[in-house]
Amino acid sequence: MPDTTTAIPPQAEEREFTVAERSQAQLVFRRFLQHRAAVVSLCVFVALILLAYVGGWLWKYDAGQYTPDNSVPPSWEHPFGTDSAGRDQFAQVLRGTRISLQVSVSVAILATLVGTLWGSVAGYFGGWVDTVMMRISDLVLTLPLIAVAAMLAHNFGGTWYLIALVIAALYWAYVSRVARGVVLSLREKEFVEAARALGASDTRIILRHLVPNALGSILVNLTILVALAILLETSLSYLGFGVTPPDTSLGLLVSEAQTALTTRPWLFYFPGLFIIIIALTINFIGDGLRDAFDPQQTKVRQ
Amino acid sequence: MLAFAVRRILYSIPVLIVASFIIFALGSASADPLAPLREKNPPAPQNVIDAETVRLHLDQPLLARYFSWLGGIFTGDFGPSVVSTANIGSDLADRFLVTIRLIALAMLIALVLAVVIGVLTAVKQYSKFDYTATFLGFLFLAMPAFWFAILLKQAGIEFNNAVGTQAIYTIGQVSVPPPQGTGAYILDVIGHMVLPTISLALISYAAWSRFTRASMLEVMNSDYVRLARAKGLTRRRVMVKHGLRTALIPLTTVTALDIASIIGGAVVTENVFQWKGMGDYLVTSIRMNDVYATASWLLIAATVVIAFNLLADLLYGVLDPRIRYA
Repeated sequence: MPDTTTAIPPQAEEREFTVAERSQAQLVFRRFLQHRAAVVSLCVFVALILLAYVGGWLWKYDAGQYTPDNSVPPSWEHPFGTDSAGRDQFAQVLRGTRISLQVSVSVAILATLVGTLWGSVAGYFGGWVDTVMMRISDLVLTLPLIAVAAMLAHNFGGTWYLIALVIAALYWAYVSRVARGVVLSLREKEFVEAARALGASDTRIILRHLVPNALGSILVNLTILVALAILLETSLSYLGFGVTPPDTSLGLLVSEAQTALTTRPWLFYFPGLFIIIIALTINFIGDGLRDAFDPQQTKVRQ
Repeated sequence: MLAFAVRRILYSIPVLIVASFIIFALGSASADPLAPLREKNPPAPQNVIDAETVRLHLDQPLLARYFSWLGGIFTGDFGPSVVSTANIGSDLADRFLVTIRLIALAMLIALVLAVVIGVLTAVKQYSKFDYTATFLGFLFLAMPAFWFAILLKQAGIEFNNAVGTQAIYTIGQVSVPPPQGTGAYILDVIGHMVLPTISLALISYAAWSRFTRASMLEVMNSDYVRLARAKGLTRRRVMVKHGLRTALIPLTTVTALDIASIIGGAVVTENVFQWKGMGDYLVTSIRMNDVYATASWLLIAATVVIAFNLLADLLYGVLDPRIRYA
């Protein structure tokens, strides 16, 4: 998408035709707005973040604070009920959401940075550099993620940022494959060749053509990675290798509640529901971004 | 084709060897097998710790330990466990047989579901069915495997309470003690498989059906399919003979490459349904800092993953002749 100038219908009054340049970002934004599920998901997701950070701060109970009400079902006083020790589950779920979000967003950013750098260097240089670097990524990919993460997290983990580090240390390999593929295909594109023929330097080609064009795929991948990371983090916490008390995460809350499913089902349903809402909205946002960045792909699919 | 196959097989061997070293080094670096002994209250006597150090080869350097572990594997010896009476090799073999039936059946069900639903949603694109299936697919993609498994387990328990007998098994891979007679034993095993298999299959199917749908749509819009229609073939015939065959080729690769995440899903599923399989073995080994057991588990998992990657490459070569000569 090197051509970013498009004529728009006349909006200004004084002239008959007004041609305004639209930036790439504006185009992407407009296309994103056409994806209804993605827009709704984005609103829900932002609302959820606000609820977790601002709502948790405003809410009358703190997470982990003991109230006199033990094991009460959801009510106005305790929207998500309380556990057997009298802790307000709403506050707990909000804190779990904060930690789970922090882990997954850190994983997505860290893995994307390392993976993109790794993959694009491999793709850009090609040859034996590419072979060696991609074989290393392949090696990481042969290990079942959750097993290695559990092994590493058992002795190094516990706090949320260490868990994030462990997961990111494994996820970058996925990103590097995507980034390499993008760089490889972009390197051969006609507009890169055209730019080179016009006398553009390597730096200009990379900054003006490769990076903006690769940004879409990388951003889409980053979004999806947040969803994957939150599922892995909650699974790890469920197995007992993730975030440990007194910290909490959505996975840990589900894990603690599973024995009480018959007596206090609200403890089980709400954290699970929050995991699903986060992963679901992020997947839809990713889908919308993919369509927005790559309109050609949408046309093929329809 | 033979040369291609031989080349790919030869290439897998160094990958496996390097993977085994990384696994062993990571396992040894991340856990101290003697820590539980040292942290015991009252602490274990020094001579016990010294004896354990020698028994677990901890007095030797990492490389020596690695080579004796790797060499032992060829003779069926997977190294000493922290539980002195345990034999890692035979334990893993038993567990492997338990887990493989869960994974194999779940993958089969997931594949059939993915192909049927993927094709139907592609054929009836933008219909009510398409929207429902797509939404359900997104929902399963967003659902944590353990949460769904716990829900299914609870549904099974409530069903049992409603009918008043143990109609669906919710715990373990076989009754304790196992029933007498081959027929009764097999029935019992199948009864225990129902819920975990459904749970693992549904979690895996979502991504695959989305993939089948996209790949089917792409094929149905291609020129040669239009040509087949133009020369007068029926829609159904074009769909099955020309469309589906081509659309399924990339799916073989995707399923084969997903094996690592299915193994991960099986670990969680087994944990929920309290199966004594590979998943339970891994979790227990990690908790006990049983380095040799954890490394052996990971080596088996890595071997399975590499074997599936190899299979995917070879299958792709068989299904798509262009690959062989590339």
